[in-house]
Amino acid sequence: MTAVQSATINERPLLRVCNVTKKFQDYVALDNVSLEVAKGEVVCLIGGSGSGKTTLLRCINQLYDINDGSIWLEDELVGYRQDGRKLYPLTEKQAIRQRLKSGMVFQRFNLFPHMTALQNITEGPIQVLKTPRREAEAIASKLLERVGLADKASNYPAELSGGQQQRVAIARALAMNPKVMLFDEPTSALDPELVGEVLAVMRELALSGMTMVVVTHELGFAKEVADRVVFMDRGVIVELGNAKDMLIKPQEPRTQAFISAVIG
Amino acid sequence: MSSSQSLIGDRTASGGSTKISDFQIVQRPRWGRWISGLLILAILALIGNAFANGKIEWDYFWRFMTVPTILAGVANTVILAVLAMFIGIILGTIVAIMRSSSNPIVQAVAFGYIWLFRGTPVLLQLMLWYNLALVFPTFGIPGVWSMRMVDLITPFWAALLGLSLNQGAYTAEIIRAGMLSVDIGQYEAAKTIGMTRLKALRRIVLPQAMRVVIPPLGNEFILLVKTTSLASVIQFSEVMYNAGTIYYANARVVELLFVAGAWYLIIVSILTLLQIPLERHFAKGNLSR
Repeated sequence: MTAVQSATINERPLLRVCNVTKKFQDYVALDNVSLEVAKGEVVCLIGGSGSGKTTLLRCINQLYDINDGSIWLEDELVGYRQDGRKLYPLTEKQAIRQRLKSGMVFQRFNLFPHMTALQNITEGPIQVLKTPRREAEAIASKLLERVGLADKASNYPAELSGGQQQRVAIARALAMNPKVMLFDEPTSALDPELVGEVLAVMRELALSGMTMVVVTHELGFAKEVADRVVFMDRGVIVELGNAKDMLIKPQEPRTQAFISAVIG
Repeated sequence: MSSSQSLIGDRTASGGSTKISDFQIVQRPRWGRWISGLLILAILALIGNAFANGKIEWDYFWRFMTVPTILAGVANTVILAVLAMFIGIILGTIVAIMRSSSNPIVQAVAFGYIWLFRGTPVLLQLMLWYNLALVFPTFGIPGVWSMRMVDLITPFWAALLGLSLNQGAYTAEIIRAGMLSVDIGQYEAAKTIGMTRLKALRRIVLPQAMRVVIPPLGNEFILLVKTTSLASVIQFSEVMYNAGTIYYANARVVELLFVAGAWYLIIVSILTLLQIPLERHFAKGNLSR
């Protein structure tokens, strides 16, 4: 592919969230939220609990259905097939094909406790992508090496520390070759001394060119790694901007209040 | 340690020790254990004496433990229980999955099945299946193929149908409870790596549910082994029925009931032992608890 071709393809953002509204009964979790993420970009979502940042991530991954607006991944409408003025909800198979464009890392790791670290990673490739076992195991071993856990392949999650479990979870998501990685407070459930090892893996991932949307409270990480930072409060995007500028001198009073509260 | 040394709570003072390990710990005498132990022994001796002198011919007991009729009955009991449990678990798993389906019709069918078979006595269900020919004299596709229901529904098939369907209803609820015990995050993680709902159930949720489900299923299996005795009412020749045919002939009622009882205990003991490795298998990945 020539540079000109790739430039025209890259013109449109990889992920587009357009005027998305998400309600839980009467509670509005996301209120007309719009956000675009370019290929290779790292965007950090910050904000207090209940601000809607996790909800936004889950809408992108179709763990939640949206009430209004639309989400586009690689110029493909998420969750529906369009035919003229009619929208048809995707079948389970179609939704899965689409969901595989994004990889998700959870706050509570959610590793499969009855499988070893290696099996956790090979499960998706073997069961969903139908990769031959040998090949899947080779890929998984490489990924374990990448997250620094080559020696833990045959350990069960319960035998791993929180930081190690989260790194296996990242490897599990990467094994499905996602276009964008979604991180939902990946270090919030960790003991303080284990946060660094997970952030190091994420930093390496960002440097490798992976598109990432990260919900986090680690402002240091955001400042260092993120291209842009989005501050959310009560279901709306309050402020959005270049990571360094925004974290050092935020414009909105609500952002200022939040950042000074987190830094303490 | 000098005999004059005493335990003190002051590390700076001399002439004493701060450690209990410098002293001999004298346990209280455990009178309760001795008294209850002796009491139990006395009661056991009384019961043993009563049986030894009671009107029971122990020769008959030992002789009839291994007669072919009884052994055939034991075999039939085991076959019926194992098959009914096997079908019950498969049915129960399907119905449990149906009950957690998003399709309201599938859900209602599962609910109706559980309601019907859990809500009526097993004995009644067995007798209804056995008498199915009274309602439907023939079985088959009209005009193509049919056979007489009395030939189809033997005591064995009636018992197996009745017990399996009944077992399925109870097992469904146990398996559903197991599925509910698995964290929602596991479903979500399975979903994000692209699994369909059924694949997530089969690969991720059910294996984890099994760990929780095996103790109550073991309970159900033991209950089922004993419930097979109800099939004697519809002339299925399991161990109770065969014991009956013998004592109608020789009038050794109690001896033969003891024979049947001993065999039930043996079967249940074996099942209890089999449960241990099964639990260990499904506990993999869980630190010992």
